[in-house]
Amino acid sequence: MHNRLKLGLPRIRQIVFGAALAAIVASPVMAQGEVNVYTTREPQLIVPLLEVFTNDTGIKVNTVFVKDGLIERVKAEGTRSPADVLMTVDIGNLVDLVEQGVTQPIQSEVLEATIPANLRDENGHWYALSLRDRVAYAALDLDLSEITYEQMADPKWKGQFCIRSGQHPYNTALIAALIAHNGVEATEQWLRGVKANLARKATGGDRNVARDILGGICELGLANAYYVGIMRAAEPGTDNRQWGDAIKVIRPTFEKTGGTFVNITGAAVAQSSPNRDNAIKLLEFLVSDTAQRMYADANYELPVKAGVELNPVVESFGAMVVDPLPLIEVARYRQQASELVDKVGFND
Amino acid sequence: MLGRLQAHRDIQGSNAWTAGTILIVLAVFAPVVSLAVHALTGSFAHWAHLADSVILKAGTNTLILLAGVGVLVACLGTGAAWLVSAYEFPTRRILNWALLLPLAVPTYIIAFAYLDLWHPLGPIQTVMRDLLGIESPRDFRLPDIRSLPGAIFLLGFVLYPYVYLSTRLMFITQAAGMIEAARILGEKPYGVFMRVALPLARPAIAVGISLALLETLNDIGASEFLGVQTMTVAVYTTWVTRGDLAGAAQIALSMLIIVVFLIQLERQARQRQRYSTVQRMRPMALKRLSGGSMVVAVTLGWIPVVIGFILPAGYLAHEALSRLGAAGAISSQLISATWNTLSIALLATVITLFCGLIVAWSTRRVRESAHGTTGTQWFAKGASIGYAIPGTVVAIGLLVPLMLVDNLLEQILSLAGIEVTQLLLMGSIAGLVIAYTIRFLAISVGSFEAGLSRIPPSIEQASRLLGHSPTATLRRVHLPLLRPAMATAALLIFVDIMKELPATLLLRPMNFDTLATWLYAEAARGTYEEGSLAALLIVLVGLIPVILLARTQSKPLLSR
Repeated sequence: MHNRLKLGLPRIRQIVFGAALAAIVASPVMAQGEVNVYTTREPQLIVPLLEVFTNDTGIKVNTVFVKDGLIERVKAEGTRSPADVLMTVDIGNLVDLVEQGVTQPIQSEVLEATIPANLRDENGHWYALSLRDRVAYAALDLDLSEITYEQMADPKWKGQFCIRSGQHPYNTALIAALIAHNGVEATEQWLRGVKANLARKATGGDRNVARDILGGICELGLANAYYVGIMRAAEPGTDNRQWGDAIKVIRPTFEKTGGTFVNITGAAVAQSSPNRDNAIKLLEFLVSDTAQRMYADANYELPVKAGVELNPVVESFGAMVVDPLPLIEVARYRQQASELVDKVGFND
Repeated sequence: MLGRLQAHRDIQGSNAWTAGTILIVLAVFAPVVSLAVHALTGSFAHWAHLADSVILKAGTNTLILLAGVGVLVACLGTGAAWLVSAYEFPTRRILNWALLLPLAVPTYIIAFAYLDLWHPLGPIQTVMRDLLGIESPRDFRLPDIRSLPGAIFLLGFVLYPYVYLSTRLMFITQAAGMIEAARILGEKPYGVFMRVALPLARPAIAVGISLALLETLNDIGASEFLGVQTMTVAVYTTWVTRGDLAGAAQIALSMLIIVVFLIQLERQARQRQRYSTVQRMRPMALKRLSGGSMVVAVTLGWIPVVIGFILPAGYLAHEALSRLGAAGAISSQLISATWNTLSIALLATVITLFCGLIVAWSTRRVRESAHGTTGTQWFAKGASIGYAIPGTVVAIGLLVPLMLVDNLLEQILSLAGIEVTQLLLMGSIAGLVIAYTIRFLAISVGSFEAGLSRIPPSIEQASRLLGHSPTATLRRVHLPLLRPAMATAALLIFVDIMKELPATLLLRPMNFDTLATWLYAEAARGTYEEGSLAALLIVLVGLIPVILLARTQSKPLLSR
């Protein structure tokens, strides 16, 4: 035993020096023909797509999946940052990228022609790549075929409603949209109503809503539509598949507009991008027909490009009216939304 | 003449140690300072909102969580340690090390596993419904594990080994004489425990509890998963949801001040309870149990292992195997993530130990009479601050200091004519290793300090009188004596690094995954095909050092 743990100083020095050297040598070398992607999207979602890009163009893609702190990291790295493309979800996060000064405007006819104007930054700082609608999951035997977001606060759902943390960006974005439509007062009342309806703590992920419906904990819940695609695509017999098959999807609408709330995923070119041309090439590739189909398919989201074939599962949810509220409004109210969540003790 | 030369060399030597320590302490404080700058440059307007609707609730939740986990780990850890140190019963030898196994299970994994196990659709409630003849989970459900009591329960059952580890060491090394005396004088078993063993073990229990509580306080994964709104969750919400880094830094620093104050209070409270013994270490005579009390001992002893390890690990193994059957093979990315995890944990452990040794050695008490609070003693406390800060906060705080060093390195190298084309710290694993070292240095400093305090200063004086320099004395006299302390620290640090998630996510270079980041990505995407496999691998890799730790502790002392 003692021999095994013997670590003399010279030995330690060898190990440390050797490993440090290995670390530097093993890191990717910035050569030409590369593009570096910092993403808050799980790499497995985009890797198949990036492989196609590499095959088509010969440009190697390096990725790092950074969940929180993407902005802080790129900011700290400053002018020496290797980041070329920043990929993230949620309008708020995209606006933050611009406000914190880690993006640069780019002009691209391809991007401008493909992506509708309301789904990209007017100065070309960020571009949406896909859409994700926030919908109701309902127990199969629940007699319900339509509902508004506002009606989810109705006391008739008392003890039957499930939702993830009110502080999750998916929810703060929706709450921000409610503020934009109905004002702060009404939204606070809405939050109190939904809170009173909760069957369990506002926590977990969106798929837990389906699971808890199957588990008899709740009858109705709010979650992103694409999770249903993930669950229903799972092998028959698996947990995911059972959860997905236990619910039906209802696209709720806002009372005022009759539209469904839609958030986006998007990308921007980093401020000090060392491979700017490749970064633009990658963005342009991401809105091509093939990539849009693959990108939306990988996570069962809706493509931003019109006319791209929908995934069958997504198509089965029926036609959708997108809420006309400009997303920039959502970004504007999200801090207020987050503070309201605290104020009504939504997560307690 | 010779004497003067010797003295000169000594001073030079000790200066080098002190300089090393100062450098380490500076590095440890770098993220704190960087956060303080963030905090001070931000607006303080959000405190009105915090005061109105966050602090009271989150503060109360945090206190209840800490109190609950504290009581639970104290009872489980001390009880288990006493059971295996004082009594002989079947399976005691296995239990001796098996009680450490929950150390290998990260808090976010136990939360994840128990949500599945405890869910109305999970095995526990399904069996209960079958037994009771109930059809639908709509008609019968147990209370939800996603709650404050649930969090206390789960954290308590994975964190008690910290108390068990320190307390058992106390019982088997130092308590034998007094406990046997009490037994001979006719004290009943309950009295032996309450009146002799417990008071003796108090410092060890306190050390274990404070480690467990810092882990609890800094946990974000399990609390968030279980829906417990703690102050740490409030820091996270302020930063991520409201995009207010300065505001988050303000809360984090306020918490840090309170924590440091409490740690200091606790240290002072037990300053006089110092036991140093030159007696030979010797385990106490075990009392053989039989009949009913034997059954009770076996049952009580195994409960923590079953709940903290066997159930969650067994569940993960079951899930992983059923998925592996479907998928056919382990992906090459998962294999490389395993390799990355092992190698970076090993490298960072060695560096953390080395830094801890420097700090502990340069701040040791050289003379019996010296009271430990002159200047350098504060270094040891300062170097330990990283353990009191959540990993996310350390990582965010380190971004700017790491880049400053990176830019400095680039300038130095370009002066030397070497062109640097990439980031040296952030572009390699160096930044990550630095973060781990800062975060877990407390374990290594603490272990070496404790180890050194058990070595009488007279031994060093003797070595010095015989002409050895302090450094040679360390190498030839103290290091061999410090081996057990070093082994314990090494293995705890290794396990902690391997489980670390938030700093790893933020500071790793491109194309670099560890098991923890892989698991996180899988969980975030909601495909568990390889997620459960990664979780199982974390637990399995974590087992290796835990078993080694158990052996180093029990072998020399318990083989007879």
